[in-house]
Amino acid sequence: MKILKIFIIFQIFFCFSPLQSGENNFQNKITKNLRCLICQGQSVYDSDSEFANSLKIVVKNKINEGLSEDQIYEFLIGKYGEWILYDPQFNKNTYLLWFLPLLLFLFGGTIVLKKLIKKR
Amino acid sequence: MNSRPTSLLIICFLLFILIVFYKSLNKTSLYEPESKISNIPEFTSKIFFENRELTSKQIFNQNKFYLFNIWASWCLPCRDEHPLLVNLSKYEQLEIIGLNYKDDSSNAKKFLKELGNPYKKILLDRNGTIAIEWGAFGVPESFLIHKGKIIKKFIGPLNIGSIEEINKFIK
Repeated sequence: MKILKIFIIFQIFFCFSPLQSGENNFQNKITKNLRCLICQGQSVYDSDSEFANSLKIVVKNKINEGLSEDQIYEFLIGKYGEWILYDPQFNKNTYLLWFLPLLLFLFGGTIVLKKLIKKR
Repeated sequence: MNSRPTSLLIICFLLFILIVFYKSLNKTSLYEPESKISNIPEFTSKIFFENRELTSKQIFNQNKFYLFNIWASWCLPCRDEHPLLVNLSKYEQLEIIGLNYKDDSSNAKKFLKELGNPYKKILLDRNGTIAIEWGAFGVPESFLIHKGKIIKKFIGPLNIGSIEEINKFIK
């Protein structure tokens, strides 16, 4: 009976361990940024397809191996290309994508500013 | 005077959007990942029908052509391509290695009994992680390998066209 009690306490301790929950949060963060390639429009986190379930296992294994978030993304980009990521990485192919909103904002701001100065 | 460059910029911007949209209309919405894998990934797998494990280096160790085929008994397109694989297995210079993907062993055995076994070796991928090492995202997928390099990837079931391509490489 005593052994059973100790066993139950251990079970409760490990089930609610903040360490485990932190690991799950990290895994969820990564899988939410991964595109499910066979069910487009859904992230790997949201999808229950065979591919997504396998990818969740791979991400979990890579976390256990001690790989960082970027290293896991690099590994998957090597396998599937950058399309696998929802957040495109900052490189020469995505400069326009990242800077265009900023340029448009500056352009619009200049027009508004000029009009305001003119009115005064 | 001042509004002229602004309207010119707006027209240029609208033209840019029009071109982007027009180009996108002709693009397919189905995406096939651009695999950057050219070398055989390193993995260890259990062998079907045998009670042992082999590494990828031990599997692809000869200087011949290999066709690595990902299949499952529950996959209907696999059934369609299977007779072509059986034909390919008659080629002496080609060795077909199968990867049984997330399958039930007894169903896989039934499948092979019914349609024939073209595979020299069948590897087991119970949780689908080995397929991910290969950059695969579905079944069936096949990879033509020579001298330790992936020289051609076939997404989906093999057809007459893909067999002709394989023939060109081998002969």
